[in-house]
Amino acid sequence: MKRIALAAALLASAAPLAAETHHIAAGEGAAALLQETLILAKPGDVIEIGAGRIALTDGLSLDVDGVTVRGQGMDTTVLDFTSQQGAGEGLLVTSDNVTLTGFGIENPKGDGIKSKGADNIVYNSLRVEWTGGPKATNGAYGIYPVESTGVLVVRSKVVGASDAGIYVGQSRDITVRGNLVEFNVAGIEIENSRNALVTENIATHNTGGLLVFDLPGLPVMNGGNVILRRNLVIDNDTANFAPPGNIVASVRRGTGVLVMANDGVLIEDNAFEGNATAHVMVIAYTQAFDDARYNPHARNVIVGPNTFGRGGDDPQLDGKEALLAAFGGALPPVLWDGLSESPDSALKIAPGVTGWSLNLSRVGQSLAEAQPGPLLLAPTELWTFPVVGAPAELEARLK
Amino acid sequence: MRRSTALLALSLLALGGAMAARATVPEALRVNDAAVAGAGMPRTLSEYRFFADGARQVPASGVTPYALNTPLWSDGADKLRFIYLPQGTQLTANGDGLLQFPVGSAIIKTFAFGAGEARRLIETRVLLHRANGWTALPYRWNAEQTEASLALAGGRVDLVTPAGEAISYAIPNKNQCKSCHSKGGAVIPIGPKARNLSGQWLGQMVRAGALDRVPDGAGRLPVWAARSASDPAAPLARAYLDTNCAHCHQPGGAASNSGLDLRWEQADAHAIGILKRPVAAGRGAGGYDFSIVPGAPDKSILLYRMDSAEPGIAMPELGKSSVDREGVAAVRRWILEMQPR
Repeated sequence: MKRIALAAALLASAAPLAAETHHIAAGEGAAALLQETLILAKPGDVIEIGAGRIALTDGLSLDVDGVTVRGQGMDTTVLDFTSQQGAGEGLLVTSDNVTLTGFGIENPKGDGIKSKGADNIVYNSLRVEWTGGPKATNGAYGIYPVESTGVLVVRSKVVGASDAGIYVGQSRDITVRGNLVEFNVAGIEIENSRNALVTENIATHNTGGLLVFDLPGLPVMNGGNVILRRNLVIDNDTANFAPPGNIVASVRRGTGVLVMANDGVLIEDNAFEGNATAHVMVIAYTQAFDDARYNPHARNVIVGPNTFGRGGDDPQLDGKEALLAAFGGALPPVLWDGLSESPDSALKIAPGVTGWSLNLSRVGQSLAEAQPGPLLLAPTELWTFPVVGAPAELEARLK
Repeated sequence: MRRSTALLALSLLALGGAMAARATVPEALRVNDAAVAGAGMPRTLSEYRFFADGARQVPASGVTPYALNTPLWSDGADKLRFIYLPQGTQLTANGDGLLQFPVGSAIIKTFAFGAGEARRLIETRVLLHRANGWTALPYRWNAEQTEASLALAGGRVDLVTPAGEAISYAIPNKNQCKSCHSKGGAVIPIGPKARNLSGQWLGQMVRAGALDRVPDGAGRLPVWAARSASDPAAPLARAYLDTNCAHCHQPGGAASNSGLDLRWEQADAHAIGILKRPVAAGRGAGGYDFSIVPGAPDKSILLYRMDSAEPGIAMPELGKSSVDREGVAAVRRWILEMQPR
């Protein structure tokens, strides 16, 4: 509707309303010019960054609605934050309807690209990389939308995040598709968010591949309605390098998918291979909390048909040898803590899905008290699940 | 500090007279209301005519100096703060919170380093209250100290702090101004809350017709510069956190997603960080589990981040290139004196 109105206005005046394209070339003064252009842009403008490398000493920020920031490709246009002296991230977006496409961000001191309260944002064909490999001194998140409605992250690559490569927090109506996340602690993390589709991504050589968390004590809680579908979750074998104190520091090397708390998660048609602790782990929140609004249980988690290859063969768990011996050399693909808010409300499995349970009896119970045994759940043939994902308007911007 | 108190006393004496005499000030010496309230971004600070003498920071008629009981620390910069009210307008008290400013008013803050002849003005930030809301703009002083120019993209200045540290001082860009000065996406002032202004100054403003009343709770924040080792730790620390952290760490603020709320009025222990786990702190967590561990400042993420100047760890993220040792000491004492749980 807005677009029709704009078109009508353009026809009527034929003059200055047209959006502008601002060109930024790498070279002397490019960093300051880029920040100034980000400030002075008008809604609808395009900021086109040329090929090459721009070194920045401070974080960039964008606070104008409807702006497109476009580079010449994730490896061709590089914003280099190796010498960053200030700010908490490389690029911060605080406005709505922004499109980021075709550039790379290297070695930011904090997070890579953060968008906060930025509705209907598209992250397309971006790269955020800490080039020194996995290190605790790397920034926390690569691509980091938070407190937003309408998030689309596609065809992007994140390498080396000391927390999560792609982290969507306290948001809703989300699609994360076709990305490559490697050598991060968590590949992709959906946290305290609703209506998220995570699909056709490759998560490899992280500590854990795909995480779906709901945590207490935050302004936005009750995460759920998350679909993990058609992802490749392979060889997540990097030792956990998260700084202690962060929730992901507890993720075990070799975790494929980890669901903690949440209401409604569907895991189907993914391919799992080489995740040595567990291909899929479904657990309640493990730590003490004091928040009456919070439900620590995993609810309505469905493990549908998936391809489960080698895995569970080197679990980073106490009693590993005994467990491997008991299960014949490798643990079955699904690990459940056995906790359910009401009988059978936590986990459903499709026919043929196998697993094991810790058989815990209360939230927060020590793993030392686990009584491991095979997963004894009657398979479910049919289930319903809501349609989720980013609004179609965001997809249209990719064309 | 002594200097700015003296300046303030001078201004209080002058205030009543200045207000009454304003009508007789020649047009060319009056503040440029069109520059304040218009839609543009003046390229130079002098266009506003906020100062009779910019280099010496002598305010023009209608521009009133003020000071805060507990100020924001910015690498030890000396800060010269002013309020401009258009003729015939006044401030309105809103409990002990932020004074309400009429459209056309402005808040001006100059950052300076060095004393006496050696004083250098680095930057002046202006907050302009326009019909469509507040606009924040940074101006950078030239080496000759004759003019400050709009620095939309911010900048960096090498200087030595009063503590003797050589730093690269960061002038914020326009967006970074908003990053701290925002609530629910709109730009707002931070400093001039009645609880953080002296009752004496507020009383003078009322007598000059520049404020409607002195509200209850005025001046209740401790005067940071007058603190002593025997003062109770909690009010000092909470006032410090309120003015240095809470502009982001509050609902609707730039760090709302952290769930940490460091406002003076927040009474919930978890909300102010006591045994609160980090959310998105990354390496800023420093290996610790909680924002504040009662009795254990050296295990508290909040203090760890205050005590760092390293980007990615340091808090605040903006406007800080070195560590405020005195602020760290005050917050350390508060955490240390808390009853362990």
